[in-house]
Amino acid sequence: MTKEEAQNGGDGMLIDDPEPQNAQVDAFPDGFNSNYLKVYYGRLFPHADMFKWMSYGNDGKHPACDQSYFGRREFSFTLDNDIYLRFQSFKSASELENGIKDKCPFKIDIGPVYSVDPSKRLAYAQSGDNIFTPVERELVFDIDISDYDDARYCCSGADVCLDCWPLMTIAVKVIDTALRDDFGFNHILWVYSGRRGVHCWVCDGKARRLNNEQRAAIADYFRLYKGNSNSKSKVSLLGPALHPFLVRSYVDVLRDFFEEKLLCSQQLLSDERYEKILDMIPDESITSELRGKWQDSRRPASGKDVNVVRWEQLKHLLQSGKQKAPGIRRCVEEIVFSFTYPRLDMEVSKHMNHLLKAPFCVHPKTGRVCVPINPAICDEFDPTNVPTLSKLMGEINTAGLQAESHTVWDRTSMGKSIRFFRESFLQPLLKSCKEEIEGSHSVKVQQSKNSLNW
Amino acid sequence: MEVVRSQKKPSSAFASADVVSNIPLYRSPPTLEVRLEDFERFAVDRLLVLRRISDGLARGKKPDEMEKLVNDLWKANMRHPQASEVINKDIISHFVLRLVYCRTEELRKWFLSIETTLFRYRFRLESSDVHRALMTELGIPYKVVTNAEFEGLKDKLTQVARSVSQPLPTSDGTYYKVPFEEVPELVASRRVFIQKGYAYVALNQVVSFIIPHFRSHLSKALVLTNRKWTSMIREQEKDRLTPIVEALSTSYLGPDYSQAKELGEMSLKDIDQVARTAFPLCMRHLFDTLREDHHLKHGGRMQLGLFLKGAGLKLDDALAFWKAEFSQKVGAERFDKEYAYGIRHNYGKEGKRTDYTPYSCQKIILSTPGVGDHHGCPYRHFSEENLRAALGKMGVSSRALDDVIEKAKTKHYQLACTLTYEAVHGSSCDAGINHPNQYLSDSQKTLEAKKLSTQTSFTDVQ
Repeated sequence: MTKEEAQNGGDGMLIDDPEPQNAQVDAFPDGFNSNYLKVYYGRLFPHADMFKWMSYGNDGKHPACDQSYFGRREFSFTLDNDIYLRFQSFKSASELENGIKDKCPFKIDIGPVYSVDPSKRLAYAQSGDNIFTPVERELVFDIDISDYDDARYCCSGADVCLDCWPLMTIAVKVIDTALRDDFGFNHILWVYSGRRGVHCWVCDGKARRLNNEQRAAIADYFRLYKGNSNSKSKVSLLGPALHPFLVRSYVDVLRDFFEEKLLCSQQLLSDERYEKILDMIPDESITSELRGKWQDSRRPASGKDVNVVRWEQLKHLLQSGKQKAPGIRRCVEEIVFSFTYPRLDMEVSKHMNHLLKAPFCVHPKTGRVCVPINPAICDEFDPTNVPTLSKLMGEINTAGLQAESHTVWDRTSMGKSIRFFRESFLQPLLKSCKEEIEGSHSVKVQQSKNSLNW
Repeated sequence: MEVVRSQKKPSSAFASADVVSNIPLYRSPPTLEVRLEDFERFAVDRLLVLRRISDGLARGKKPDEMEKLVNDLWKANMRHPQASEVINKDIISHFVLRLVYCRTEELRKWFLSIETTLFRYRFRLESSDVHRALMTELGIPYKVVTNAEFEGLKDKLTQVARSVSQPLPTSDGTYYKVPFEEVPELVASRRVFIQKGYAYVALNQVVSFIIPHFRSHLSKALVLTNRKWTSMIREQEKDRLTPIVEALSTSYLGPDYSQAKELGEMSLKDIDQVARTAFPLCMRHLFDTLREDHHLKHGGRMQLGLFLKGAGLKLDDALAFWKAEFSQKVGAERFDKEYAYGIRHNYGKEGKRTDYTPYSCQKIILSTPGVGDHHGCPYRHFSEENLRAALGKMGVSSRALDDVIEKAKTKHYQLACTLTYEAVHGSSCDAGINHPNQYLSDSQKTLEAKKLSTQTSFTDVQ
């Protein structure tokens, strides 16, 4: 992502000329426009759920609730004519809903919770001390398939197909497992970014209160690629052993995916493409031996895929007992990691004040809704089948006149997503928030009782 | 303020205290009463330690050498006749120096860097009891990993240790379990095993997460101290502490050479030879220029004149020396009328009769020579070309020359001079050069020693 796009808080997009979708219902030829969006915000966008989420239990029902909490959250709107409104804030669910319906933003970004109401920040700037500062923010990750362009041949740039999308799936698996098992986080939301990637929102209290240094540390824990754009795709796994996190990722996810899916779907060892992998092996004698074998282009007798056969030969050579240099044996893992290991956008995760696109927005270029992804069954997620704005318009029309407005969403393809969001993410999160609020409240009460006693 | 007190008692074999077994964290200023003399004296002692550490770092000393240096310096400078006062001296001196070094960004950076280094090496020398006490004091919620838990995780811990080439975990070693947020450095570089939000830290890794805590706390504290200083303390204390504080940051801490007792005299007939063999570059340059131009401007006259006084040149000889040169340019009469007074003034024979002290390196480095001036520190002001030529003339070999130039380029002027000294005399100068007269007296001692040894060996051969 460019710096400009990073400031915009999501995958970059031009808003002034959305391309029309072609394979849509005839009655709704244009994939994305403000009229559809108006209907979408009116009938489908889950305003109340978003409010509940962003409040983290501070809904005023408990004496220990922080009434100002929601109002200190920054939202930013990108409007139709490319106008960008930052530091928007709302004091209640209805204010949020009305704000969105009023302005009908093409994109909604969510920023941090600040120490004071962001719309009043200038008043505090006078005092000199840094009073206007982020105090809470979800730990977020952004993975873009365009960062994998040297690992896939079927598509490039913003395009995605079912052959390369699985790269996103395994990234979700690797990161999600680490977030839960290694870091102990529980309330994690994965969201389709609407076109070519995924976002991750880690919402545990502990995660929201991490400072920039700690966020950078987590991002670095996940980082594997070093070096400039020339050597970007080469992973260097130094050291006599790998960290258990990398071992687990390799054994549980990456190796099988590479050998059973990616090798063949991307034809990585085909005649035109194997040089790239041979380039990753620093031993001339091995590479020339392999090249010799492969230039003899007979079809393998067993009828097995040529990529699979060649990979077996490569592994055999690199991992044979004859190879003494540890760097050579490690080449196999390095190749697998180079192609499959998650590539995160570090800048997104490192700073508390980074804006990120809100879930359930509609992507202007594809018309697709940014729906949650269930990490437990992320293999089944199909980006080509995500509900689009036009499709939803058609469904509303059909469901339309009979249904009460608050259940319309349930009769559309949004229903599944919203139900998942509520049941698997929001409810457990709110339950845990309540417990936290009540817990710290009773501690405080106890402390004040103790201090009164003596 | 809570002070971590060690359980160890001073060894009874030594009645006077050399016991330094605690490392305070300097969290809050002491509420002790301090005598004014102690205020300055303790600070000066600590400053010497810090400066020598800074030198050691600039010279690229390895960690083992630094550890020894810190230990030696601390023992030599930070003791106190009463054992119980040792830790107070530590704390008081630190807080006084905070006042001195909070005042500009550059001073803060230097102080932060050196105090952190000092802390790091003192920490290394301490036992794990002290480590644990420090973690508690810092509020780091650590738990010691039980044997049972250790056995269960041994494989993973071994993997991590091997991946970063660290010693392998053993059942009698200690591992600490801390929330991962406490050790971001270790997490970022994947040097620890983490599980369910906890990082498993080996004993030898503890220093790497205590240091950032120490550092960030001190960094914030310095900014606050600066605010308090400028808004309140400086004015309040302008007759008492402020002059001491302001003097400390530019202070030269060695002998002032105002009484050139140690060297005896410098006689005029030897002066050319001494200049050639024993003068530091700054003074050699001034001297050579004087011999060539028969003139020096005021800055040069002061710097060289006071230096010669510190070297043992008597007033009458000084007058003769300067007259011999200047009269070739301006005539004897004009010398008597315009320049003699100044020389007598330097020796305290005129005006308010202050006996001026020769300039230290610090003072010389800070001076700003203009067009036609030849004073100041040549390592700072000479172009690389000129510096190479001048050092070549002094007899510095081309290999040493590159080191000297590098130090000069990185603004370590005194270090460059020290390396020059070492190259010219072939012997090391561990204390570093801080004063031109020190350079001179050290050179003379070295040359004297060499003369004696060659004489001895000559007689041996006989």
